[in-house]
Amino acid sequence: MNETALLINTALASGTTLAFAALGLLVNERAGVLNLGAEGMMLVAAVAGFAVALTTGSDTLGFAAAALAGAALAAVFGLLVIFLNTNQYATGLALSLFGYGVSAFLGVSMVGRTLSARETHAVPVLSDLPFVGPALFSHHPMVYVAMGLTVAIAWFLYRTRAGLLLRAIGENPEPAHALGYPVRLIRLAAVCVGGALCGLAGAYVSLVTAPLWVEGLTAGRGWIALALTVFATWRPARALLGAYLFGGVTVLQMNLQAQGVQISSHLLTMMPYVATVIVLALISRNVAFIRLNMPASLGKPFRPGS
Amino acid sequence: MHRLELEHISKQYPAVKANDRVSLRVKPGEIHAVLGENGAGKSTLMKIIYGAVRPDEGTMRWNGEPVQVANPAAARALGISMVYQHFSLFDTLTVAENVWLGLDRAWALADVTRRIGEVSATYGLEVEPARPVHSLSVGERQRVEIIRALLTDPQLLILDEPTSVLTPQAVDKLFATLRQLAERGCSILYISHKLDEIRALCHHCTVMRGGRVTGEVDPTQETNASLSRLMIGEEPPQLQHQPREAGSVVLAVSALDLPRQDPFGVDLHGLSLEVRAGEILGVAGISGNGQQELLAALSGEDLRAQPSAITLAGLPVGRDSPRRRRNAGLHFVPEERLGRGAVPTLTLAANTLLTRTETVNPQGWVRTAAVRGLAERIIQRFQVKAGGPQAPAKSLSGGNLQKFIVGREIDASPTCLVISQPTWGVDVGAAALIRRELLALRDAGCAILVVSEELDELFEISDRLVVIARGRLSPALPVAEATVERIGAWMSGLWTTEVAGDAHAAA
Amino acid sequence: MLRLEARPVPSQAMALASPIIALVLTAAVAALILVGIGKDPVSGLQIIFLEPLSNRRQISEVLLKATPLIVIAVGLAVCYRANVWNIGAEGQFLMGCVGGGGLALWLTTQGIVLPKLVGIPLVLVAGMLGGLLWAAVVALLRDRFNANEILVSLMLVYVAQQVVNALVFGPWKDPKGFNMPQTALFHASLHLPPLLERTRLHIGFVISLVLAVLAMLFLFRTFRGFQLQVGGLAPAAARYAGFSARGAVWTSLLLSGALAGMAGAMEVAGPIRQVTPYLSTGLGFTAIIVCFVGRLHPLGIVAGGVLLSVMLIGGELAQSRLGLPNAMASVLQGLLLLILLACDTFIDQRLRWSRSTGPAA
Repeated sequence: MNETALLINTALASGTTLAFAALGLLVNERAGVLNLGAEGMMLVAAVAGFAVALTTGSDTLGFAAAALAGAALAAVFGLLVIFLNTNQYATGLALSLFGYGVSAFLGVSMVGRTLSARETHAVPVLSDLPFVGPALFSHHPMVYVAMGLTVAIAWFLYRTRAGLLLRAIGENPEPAHALGYPVRLIRLAAVCVGGALCGLAGAYVSLVTAPLWVEGLTAGRGWIALALTVFATWRPARALLGAYLFGGVTVLQMNLQAQGVQISSHLLTMMPYVATVIVLALISRNVAFIRLNMPASLGKPFRPGS
Repeated sequence: MHRLELEHISKQYPAVKANDRVSLRVKPGEIHAVLGENGAGKSTLMKIIYGAVRPDEGTMRWNGEPVQVANPAAARALGISMVYQHFSLFDTLTVAENVWLGLDRAWALADVTRRIGEVSATYGLEVEPARPVHSLSVGERQRVEIIRALLTDPQLLILDEPTSVLTPQAVDKLFATLRQLAERGCSILYISHKLDEIRALCHHCTVMRGGRVTGEVDPTQETNASLSRLMIGEEPPQLQHQPREAGSVVLAVSALDLPRQDPFGVDLHGLSLEVRAGEILGVAGISGNGQQELLAALSGEDLRAQPSAITLAGLPVGRDSPRRRRNAGLHFVPEERLGRGAVPTLTLAANTLLTRTETVNPQGWVRTAAVRGLAERIIQRFQVKAGGPQAPAKSLSGGNLQKFIVGREIDASPTCLVISQPTWGVDVGAAALIRRELLALRDAGCAILVVSEELDELFEISDRLVVIARGRLSPALPVAEATVERIGAWMSGLWTTEVAGDAHAAA
Repeated sequence: MLRLEARPVPSQAMALASPIIALVLTAAVAALILVGIGKDPVSGLQIIFLEPLSNRRQISEVLLKATPLIVIAVGLAVCYRANVWNIGAEGQFLMGCVGGGGLALWLTTQGIVLPKLVGIPLVLVAGMLGGLLWAAVVALLRDRFNANEILVSLMLVYVAQQVVNALVFGPWKDPKGFNMPQTALFHASLHLPPLLERTRLHIGFVISLVLAVLAMLFLFRTFRGFQLQVGGLAPAAARYAGFSARGAVWTSLLLSGALAGMAGAMEVAGPIRQVTPYLSTGLGFTAIIVCFVGRLHPLGIVAGGVLLSVMLIGGELAQSRLGLPNAMASVLQGLLLLILLACDTFIDQRLRWSRSTGPAA
């Protein structure tokens, strides 16, 4: 395979996890809720999906279980934060810590197990095209699901009245409440959808990228996804692009390590995280720009009737 | 048959009985005022009618039929529509999108836009459907709210304090629209505490005080004094405002130019004003014309001004922090109490430390006994009803907290006091006390700058008036030469034509 | 219908009872989990919660583990009260290990023997510097670039882990260490003096208590501490008062970074006595939980530090005696925080049955 085509192929594959997570968090945050528990949700979903796939032999069931697990954890988070008005930062953090522990606990018997050999994927006919074939059309179905989801979410947010309402609630829940909309239920729904997508992200790591289970498998991808939503200024297409870019960085450093490049492997492993920091700094610098694009009620508690 | 009938409506909240057996009757096509001061229970009553709150007891009849309004959507379905004072529009969305979200029927955006144009033309309420709401003035936003309400073909329109955001001329236009609506059979509930307006506009008036109805009158047959007696139980308090010889200039702003920091804010252009010792300068203007930006520059929350653009007794303070300015004698009372003037969860004693640091050691230690003593002194002198200096700020009523905050700054014996919306949302007793204290401070030689949206208040206490409009300041006018009409015209920025006209006449 | 309404005055009773209720509920869930995996709940709970306090040596281990938790959490309390969300204490802790450990390594390999009164404070200061500088990166990025401190500090944890790895697999590897990734053991002059004989407990514990008291004085008796808290409680009021928001960010991050770094130096100069790749055990994250359990108050943090230390050690004991997975402690920690956050909401709010309702949601 052509080197660049291979790079694109692996970047897309590697970035799909981030894409799912970033899209999920984007839906969350557009409604005004900041869920720092992304990493925890992804880990629990990863182990749940892995366990189901291991016992049933079906990847699809694994992904479904993962989505459910993610949504369930998100629901707990949502109930605490939206209905009991707990601090969003602390609760999200608690969720991440809890999720880390739970995933480690549940996965104890499966550490190091791997799933049966993965088959290669290829879209008939299209994958034989030169360059584009290997680059774009030889992926696991979930890669295409991520792309489709991006389009669907963008369409929902910008072309439907329900999406408009969601964005409006993210800007300012008070007027929506005054108009009689069930703001808290809508936010809870957004949080659960976000959780389900983060679940898919986690399962993608344990079922496709790895595919195995060890403690802490997702290695901070949940946190990187949080940074990605800022980088994408909360737009679905940009989130997808950003995910692929980061996927590319991850793949690049792995390739360099494999080629025995004369840089310490540890420094190379740092790359995605350092890149995240740099990107965050650059994008956040323009305060006015961020303020114009950020859902204004993000992170703030909403108390109806106050 | 009445359009709306409320019988013995009551609502109890943990700390207060907001509505106590309130009865109300509105005929079709009638403009009915609900008059009462802050805290009388008007808002709660409207929320009950609109379905946002359920009453504990009482009945409601709509066109003769008993009804239970479960939520705002049910109210809209009946034909009841509400125009809010605040909190009802989404800043980042367009006019059309905002109206769209406020409608229950599944219309397409294009249909909504078309209908907006129709209603707009019928009632003379000009708006551009494609403009984002944040770019609209407050008066224009109100028009959007009204149009949104009208698109639901209401039989009853509720307006909550609609004129606080309008120039006197815009108020006349609003009244024309409302009369037009009433002639077409729509009933109107008009909530206000402004006696002149109610007497000018309304056919009937229910007066509330302390959650109860104290009278049902025809406002055209009443005087301000009689309405006032029903509203607060006595004549409005008279203030002693003696004319005074003002001293030297204390606060001077010279050609202040400030671009906006907030993308939704207002640029300031060439602002100049002077406040002398022993005088009160009132700044009139509709909110959203640059007051926030001017106040931030004066208080030191915005440090971008040129140092000499703002001077205190001749010394440049434009780049000085709020603490430096307070040390120099300039104190500030902001319009937001909880969250800005005071920290809600901290005690009154701790809240003194926000602006009074004489109780802190040079080494940085806080002397708790001194802090408590200071809070006690303020509570005593300004008659703040609170559970003592250890009471958390959020446990005080609006009026009492405002008395505390104003008291905290006055007690510092400032040479210059800048104060914004001194009596907004404050009960009549506290408002009178605050205005008395401001006049006393002025008599003691302090230079005071008051920013207020209540023209009556400014006329009552100011020596001179200026108007701020679109980030510019009018020339200053002695209050004796100011009339409501003239100030109202200036609020639309029309002082320049006047000046030009005078110059022309003189030539 | 059940409704949540605000209390006019926060409930003192609930403020005190909340952590206890949370602990009881967590223990209850722990019992359920134990039953679920076929272990005896009573002995399980006893091992996790009571065994670590059963004899002198166990208690010394609890206090030993509580030391870094308290030190880190005290710094985090200052941060969180200022609404600066430093999540990367683990990374600052590691850089403290690097700083303190680096100095100790250099002194050891150079054969310089300093009196304990000089050497140990130097190592601790070096650790503080390491943590402080690592936190300074976060402060700089937040101050200059408006970058979210949560994400930056967290990313830096992963980076710090790799820095430690790079050092112990590379230039710091003990040449006499059989190619194991670890440094040489530090000279005895650089070991923290013991507090209790025949135990590993060292004076670091006393230092942690002193730090807690100092932090309390700082937060509640100094004007600077007051400014930080106002910045966290009501940023608009802080601006009105003229309290510098930038100053708050730098002060709180540098302080918490320094304290986390000191904790790191205490670990490498205390029980571990070398730098290894296994220093990152999640103490920095457990400290976050300690901070909340202690209600962001230094005295509460001391109690919370002891409590979580008990749970951590109890988890290790349960692993060796009952075959319980070590991750159980992790689960319980996270659960404790979640339940505590839920209980805490009832300090300012209460449940009420009411007939009259507002809009559905």
